[in-house]
Amino acid sequence: MSAIAGEEPLLTVEALTKWYGRQLGCRDVGFDLYEGEVMAIVGESGSGKSTLLQLLSGQMEPSGGRILYRLRDGNESDIWQMSEPMRRLLFRADWGYVHQDAQLGLRMGISAGGNVGERLMGVGWRNYGAIRASATDWLERVEIDQSRIDDTPRTYSGGMRQRLQIARNLVNAPRLVFMDEPTGGLDVSVQARILDLLRRLVANLNIAAIVVTHDLAVARLLSDRIMVMKAGELIETGLTDQVLDDPREPYTQLLVSSILPA
Amino acid sequence: MRPLELFGVAKTFTMHLQGGVRLSVLRDLGFSVAPGECVALTGPSGAGKSSVLKLIFGNYRCDEGSILISDGANAVDIAQASPRQILSLRRRKLSYVTQFLRAVPRVGALDVVAEALTDVARGAARERAAAMLTRFNVPERLWNLPPATFSGGEQQRINLARGLLSETPVLLLDEPTASLDAANRDAVVDLVRERKRQGVAIVAIVHDDPVREAIADTCVDVTRFAAAA
Amino acid sequence: MTAPVYNFAYLDEQTKRMVRRAILKAIAIPGYQVPFASREMPMPYGWGTGGVQVTAAILGPDDVLKVIDQGSDDTTNAVSIRDFFSRTAGIRTTTATKEATVIQTRHRVPETALTADQVLVYQVPIPEPLRFLEPRESETRRMHALSEYGLMHVKLYEDIARHGHIATTYAYPVKVAGRYVMDPSPIPKFDNPKLSDCPALQLFGAGREKRIYAIPPYTSVASLDFEDHPFEPYRHDAQCELCGATDSYLDEVITDDAGNRMFVCSDTDYCEMRRASGEGAHQVVTGTERGA
Repeated sequence: MSAIAGEEPLLTVEALTKWYGRQLGCRDVGFDLYEGEVMAIVGESGSGKSTLLQLLSGQMEPSGGRILYRLRDGNESDIWQMSEPMRRLLFRADWGYVHQDAQLGLRMGISAGGNVGERLMGVGWRNYGAIRASATDWLERVEIDQSRIDDTPRTYSGGMRQRLQIARNLVNAPRLVFMDEPTGGLDVSVQARILDLLRRLVANLNIAAIVVTHDLAVARLLSDRIMVMKAGELIETGLTDQVLDDPREPYTQLLVSSILPA
Repeated sequence: MRPLELFGVAKTFTMHLQGGVRLSVLRDLGFSVAPGECVALTGPSGAGKSSVLKLIFGNYRCDEGSILISDGANAVDIAQASPRQILSLRRRKLSYVTQFLRAVPRVGALDVVAEALTDVARGAARERAAAMLTRFNVPERLWNLPPATFSGGEQQRINLARGLLSETPVLLLDEPTASLDAANRDAVVDLVRERKRQGVAIVAIVHDDPVREAIADTCVDVTRFAAAA
Repeated sequence: MTAPVYNFAYLDEQTKRMVRRAILKAIAIPGYQVPFASREMPMPYGWGTGGVQVTAAILGPDDVLKVIDQGSDDTTNAVSIRDFFSRTAGIRTTTATKEATVIQTRHRVPETALTADQVLVYQVPIPEPLRFLEPRESETRRMHALSEYGLMHVKLYEDIARHGHIATTYAYPVKVAGRYVMDPSPIPKFDNPKLSDCPALQLFGAGREKRIYAIPPYTSVASLDFEDHPFEPYRHDAQCELCGATDSYLDEVITDDAGNRMFVCSDTDYCEMRRASGEGAHQVVTGTERGA
């Protein structure tokens, strides 16, 4: 199906497959993702959604298929044909990755300002005042009190750490952000706050995102499109509200009907 | 070409969890809406009226037929469109006031409404949202509160404000006056008439006879397109 | 009982060859840490085995060796190592910087300017400047390879955030020839400017960590900083009480139980030279006066 005139996809995935020996990670996954679009990957444990995210974000090499990313200069590049330095640069400059466990995505022994500023310093920012100002601005955007800028995340609550991780990932204006269960393990009220933040930031900054979640409510809130995975296979894909309100496949119907009503 | 045209639309649900039972809802449905016209869908409860709106909005997938929305010089068929195209149409051409407000936690009523204006600067969007809320008699003290705790009628008014704010060429209304008192019902009727004068094509489900008579130009009886049992 | 006979400078020739290869590689890639097969030496790790192996590999029978420890020729370690080479290589040793061809140093750069026919060998405890921020060796190697040095500036940022200025006063990280970030060993930041554009060859040896690195002569070495917090060479508030020098790095010496103290040059040779030439005698201020 043709795209809106004049727009090319940011990410093109073709027949992506991963085998762990004889164990299937995921098979034949393909889709296009455009700038500003949020795609949710949902599934239960063992569905292959985490594998898929690792493959898409360049952290694990696929067994088959390819992932084409459109660089800022407009050219498409297969991320596994790139040199490793190029891929690492991409990861730092163009992409973000929000881990479920904030400790994996932060430097716990460094102050919040340092955590947020690291990406900037990594791309050559050399003015302390400017770095600190940017970090302060971002803390405000993720609703962390600015007085905490010099505290380390060790002194932060779980929700604060997650918000700091989000700030750290968004500070360098990435075009594509991967999120792995961004609200997993957090209290419900904290989840609501973070989801709201994510929703607004992603919309305001026109960021494309791929969000892995087992929670259909999170998918409904954050994403425009959805992929349902089961045992490594792509079961169904389409507009989020379409797939969740008019599920076609048996498994999708099962998943949707299993949510407890409020 | 008219803003909205439907041809030969059919919809069947297959309930895999109930042993694959097939529920045919609609068969060979067709009608069109001219600019400034309001088509009311009629029929008893369960006939599939809401399904028609959902099919038009792209919320339900269409098994057969086409649903054409005019987009500039072209027509886009919702039944065949890619997710990206449908999202684009929803932003620019198509608004849907559902029966129930899906309230997002933490977002205040004013912002819920303002979010309907995707291409407008936040300040201006909030101003227009405020004007709309005032028309629907939503008191200012509620504007910064999340609608989740509002009464049914208040939530419906927020919903209406959001749906009516964006002035898209096609507007879908599902029971717009269901939980409203007389004053607010009148406000809805006035607003719908305004939209009609502006050339918006409207498809509405209205149980309330006087309201239907006030706004509808044509009635389409959905039971005519019910699938054979 | 016959006295033990050592190969020249203790190490066997094959080992010296291996070390020299590592040194050559280090010179070819300024600031890059070259791994080498560090040998067991007759002193434990932490006592300068890296520096000793580098010195042993480059010494020739005509060399004149000086060994200093925190600037001083007469500490236990300096004396020990000097004796070691005296016995195993039979070469001449000296305390005068001007006379030496090879100078092995722990944690200081001599005050006397070095010349093109001298080699300065530094003893290095932890060669990896990123180690305290990133404990994984695999990761730091990648960071050097890909020039990913954002983290290094994070450390400086943290300093400014915490103390209002870059608080690193020794082992201040530098960028060599515009490419590799290097730890110059725990020399005071006062000495950092001396590393740059130096006529002498500078070699760095870390025995326990098994790394050798080098700064070739006349190489640019820039201390890391921020635009708005530029690197500032340290300035003492005092002068040497023995020779009156105002331009050398000073040690603080407690003179009695009452807490009286005095400042003297850390570089003993430099101080002696000045006193011998009568240079600063009239500039010495008696008594202890200290600025803030």
